[in-house]
Amino acid sequence: MGSCSSHVARIPDVDQILRETGFSQASLLRLYHRFQALDREEKGYLSRLDLQRIGALAVNPLGDRIIDSFFPNGSQRVDFAGFARVLAHFRPVDEEDATIRDPKQPEPLNSRMNKLRFAFQLYDLDRDGKISRNEMLQVLRLMVGVQVTDEQLESITDRTVQEADEDGDGAVSFMEFTKSLEKMNIEQKMSIRILK
Amino acid sequence: MEEGVPIRVLGRVSGSEPGLGGIGARIGGSEPHVPVTRGRRVGGGGGSDAGPAAVQCREGSEAGCRMLRTALPLLLSLPLAGAGATNEPTQESVPLGEPPPGLALFRWQWHEVEAPYLVALWILVASLAKIVFHLSRKVTSLVPESCLLILLGLVLGGIVLAVAKKAEYQLEPGTFFLFLLPPIVLDSGYFMPSRLFFDNLGAILTYAVVGTLWNAFTTGVALWGLQQAGFVAPRVQAGLLDFLLFGSLISAVDPVAVLAVFEEVHVNETLFIIVFGESLLNDAVTVVLYKVCNSFVEMGSANVQATDYLKGVASLFVVSLGGAAVGLVFAFLLALTTRFTKRVRIIEPLLVFLLAYAAYLTAEMASLSAILAVTMCGLGCKKYVEANISHKSRTAVKYTMKTLASCAETVIFMLLGISAVDSSKWAWDSGLVLGTLFFILFFRALGVVLQTWVLNQFRLVPLDKIDQVVMSYGGLRGAVAFALVILLDRTKVPAKDYFVATTIVVVFFTVIVQGLTIKPLVKWLRVKRSDHHKPTLNQELHEHTFDHILAAVEDVVGHHGYHYWRDRWEQFDKKYLSQLLMRRSAYRIRDQIWDVYYRLNIRDAISFVDQGGHVLSSTGLGLPSMPSRNSVAETSVTNLLRESGSGACLDLQVIDTVRSGRDREDAVMHHLLCGGLYKPRRRYKASCGRHFISEDAQERQDKEVFQQNMKRRLESFKSTKHNICLTKSKPRPRKTGHKKDGVANPEATNGKPRDLGFQDTAAVILTVESEEEEESDSSETEKEDDEGIIFVARATSEVLQEGKTSGSLEVCPSPRIIPPSPTCAEKELPWKSGQGDLAVYVSSETTKIVPVEMQKGWNQSISSLESLASPPCTQPPTLTRLPPHPLGVEETQVPLDMSSDPRSSFAFPPSLAKAGRSRSESSADIAQQQELQPLMGHKDQTHLSPGTANSHWCIQFNRGGRL
Repeated sequence: MGSCSSHVARIPDVDQILRETGFSQASLLRLYHRFQALDREEKGYLSRLDLQRIGALAVNPLGDRIIDSFFPNGSQRVDFAGFARVLAHFRPVDEEDATIRDPKQPEPLNSRMNKLRFAFQLYDLDRDGKISRNEMLQVLRLMVGVQVTDEQLESITDRTVQEADEDGDGAVSFMEFTKSLEKMNIEQKMSIRILK
Repeated sequence: MEEGVPIRVLGRVSGSEPGLGGIGARIGGSEPHVPVTRGRRVGGGGGSDAGPAAVQCREGSEAGCRMLRTALPLLLSLPLAGAGATNEPTQESVPLGEPPPGLALFRWQWHEVEAPYLVALWILVASLAKIVFHLSRKVTSLVPESCLLILLGLVLGGIVLAVAKKAEYQLEPGTFFLFLLPPIVLDSGYFMPSRLFFDNLGAILTYAVVGTLWNAFTTGVALWGLQQAGFVAPRVQAGLLDFLLFGSLISAVDPVAVLAVFEEVHVNETLFIIVFGESLLNDAVTVVLYKVCNSFVEMGSANVQATDYLKGVASLFVVSLGGAAVGLVFAFLLALTTRFTKRVRIIEPLLVFLLAYAAYLTAEMASLSAILAVTMCGLGCKKYVEANISHKSRTAVKYTMKTLASCAETVIFMLLGISAVDSSKWAWDSGLVLGTLFFILFFRALGVVLQTWVLNQFRLVPLDKIDQVVMSYGGLRGAVAFALVILLDRTKVPAKDYFVATTIVVVFFTVIVQGLTIKPLVKWLRVKRSDHHKPTLNQELHEHTFDHILAAVEDVVGHHGYHYWRDRWEQFDKKYLSQLLMRRSAYRIRDQIWDVYYRLNIRDAISFVDQGGHVLSSTGLGLPSMPSRNSVAETSVTNLLRESGSGACLDLQVIDTVRSGRDREDAVMHHLLCGGLYKPRRRYKASCGRHFISEDAQERQDKEVFQQNMKRRLESFKSTKHNICLTKSKPRPRKTGHKKDGVANPEATNGKPRDLGFQDTAAVILTVESEEEEESDSSETEKEDDEGIIFVARATSEVLQEGKTSGSLEVCPSPRIIPPSPTCAEKELPWKSGQGDLAVYVSSETTKIVPVEMQKGWNQSISSLESLASPPCTQPPTLTRLPPHPLGVEETQVPLDMSSDPRSSFAFPPSLAKAGRSRSESSADIAQQQELQPLMGHKDQTHLSPGTANSHWCIQFNRGGRL
């Protein structure tokens, strides 16, 4: 562990990041290495381009949106803290998190709500707190692929929105979004094991 | 079964006693004229039949000797007693004594049909037994069916034994492996939730491979140790290899037993898939171990060389991977074949079974793991096959598969019971039996704990202690072990008889004792149960989103894990496999999200229709196009529907005909009749053309479904568009529906009052109640949602839903369908304003559900609709006749009427409309209406009450058609 922690110590603001994200030191270190690998020019931050270079992301229908989520508020760069913070959403939920959590503390990034919020903001492009029909349509178009015609897609969209829309405003709010997923095991579905 | 042993059952009944001659069976002795004409060995045919038994039928001169008599008593096992025994010795000689046959007026040819007949009868008995078991809910809820069947088998076996002095109809390995096992495995492979399976593949493989190896070796060695320690009687001549052989066959968890028990227990999916997946996949290991050990035993331990061990290990890979490869190859072939069956839909189900069976046999032939082959075949082909074959074929495949599997399972357990009776085959040794029982339980538990500990290091969701208990306890052994042990060669394995006895005890113990107790155990441990809910579009969509997100995050993190590979695979599948294996039309619209959408719609539509919508459905589509219909070519969807549809379909044109003053009275009559007359639309369909499953039928169904869907869409659409549905009111339509029943019923019961005029007040009241109920019941209703159809949550749709949900009033859905006629209600409906929208909406909808072929017609009809829509009141004239209804009523109908709305000139006061919509008060009315409608469709057309009720407008419509 000695060498490990010595490495960890090299990460700027490591304590802060550890506290905020809840990552183990090993995971954080691993992420840091990855971060450095992605940061080819060793500029200390990642730009969109760096992430777009990841080959598989290009074929991921949501790839662009996920990349965008690393760059909140229109910034063009993300440092390691931000990088880790985004990824912390996918840390598996430990039992301790659920039980021992201090109610006054902000919810950990990997809480169910935060996981959902992360997903939600992938849909909600204009950040108005609602997934409008149009936004839903866009996502569906990304996901469904070419075989389905636009008309079909629109009807799917209609139905999807209607299904979740409870207050009848023709859009899905975050509450409605969570409600439509209340039966799903989000903690499980939105976690990656290696990000302990 | 020894082929050589003919059994004769003499079912000679004295003349008067027919089928149940059981009692009369005494015959043998009492009847003077009992020439045993033919002693026939049955089941000689390759031992494929369940029981190769010889049933002897004496052909007396009298016709009295009937096959039935002989066979039935046998099967029922009652009567055979004395007769069989007495005659046995003479059997061979008797045939000779048969008088030369002259020209027989009546010839009894039992022996020629004997084998298949007996098989059929056995299955029949098993099925009947199943029915009997399920007569009592109490029994089946406590005792797994497999237990009951085994016990039944024991009883039957005992009787056969008593009668024949010889155990017959045993479970033969050949029969078992070639005929009984494949359907079960195919069924489980084909319907295996593949996503879940692959999500847990790691754990499944570990348990299947490592666990089975562990069980086999530890059990074998421990038993050997037991023998060395002197706890096993010296009579049991077995060395270490023998015990290892025995361990290998006794250690495998049995898919049939696991399935039979776990299907009734409903543990959570993960647990189920792990136990069940293990039981399927461990076949390869079992087969290899068994074969290797068997050949070692036959070679003699002295001759086994190091290379043989290596070969043994290598064969594990060959057998398992080979089996899987064979399965995948056949899956590929199957998918490819079904791509080209468009013209011969009728053979689609057959292809599925044939090729899957071919996979099994091929693997068996190459001594690969046949179970693995079929599993992989089913698993692999499903996606493509389902996309390629028609809807009907899908249903056919599903039911046939389920039927075969359940049949085979039943027979297996019954034969297991029967086989256990044959004491000639087994020899008891308490030490061995008890030792084995203890060891398999102990090592299973130990193995599970150890493996789980390791696995949990790698699992996102660790398996907790309770899961482990269930997994350990769920390690049931079954017919596979029994068949394998029977296959042992007694000359090579001198202790075979002991092994057989032990295996039987183990199987019985696990199936009966563990099967009986696992349910209470699961309850007691509070194992997470599975909660089945139908997917909603949102869930499906978001689930895909999550998958993509995770795949992306894995990319970012630089870890190529499960999600990464899954993503890869899906892209590969999309790019190449699906293109290759799916017919173009299917591929075009094949998408998971789309699929869910499609299924949701179908489900909605079907339930809709089932609840009495058939009349409406036929008319429903027509409505929009009605006025212009003439112009539309005969090809229009409505026409097709009408022609092909049930009797309920009315000629739309006729609708215009005037209603007489009597209508009202008729309506009353109609109400009276409703209860009795209502018929689900399905029945009609069935009667229409069952023998010939043509594309026609398929098309028709699609169309109908489509139409209904359209209707619904329209309604919801409108509501949304118009904001009719007050945003708040709709929230949980489904939920409310549940309770509504109660509310609705009272009203529904007295239909007349309603007809007269729906009082607004009443309506209002209802609404209030319903709302309250909604809130209170929401939790309850949720469950319903899962099963039920999911409607769009629009005010309009809500109303409908409510109607549906209510059990008694199921009819509700129909209202929407009703569309056509221009009832006054329609006019009044608020929707009219949205007419323009309607058309648009429709068009978009059409594409979804309707098969490509249909779309043309559909489009035509749509275009007609659109034309209608533009002129608001095109149809109204007909409609106008009806007196405007009280607002409340109308509101209720509104949703239903949607289709017609466009034309209707009436505009409701917005407030009223809202109120109606907002609540279900209307639902009650609707329900009533719905009920009526079906009737009307058939017989009541005459009874239509014109002015009586808005609700009846549909009736009128129908009637018109009739006229």
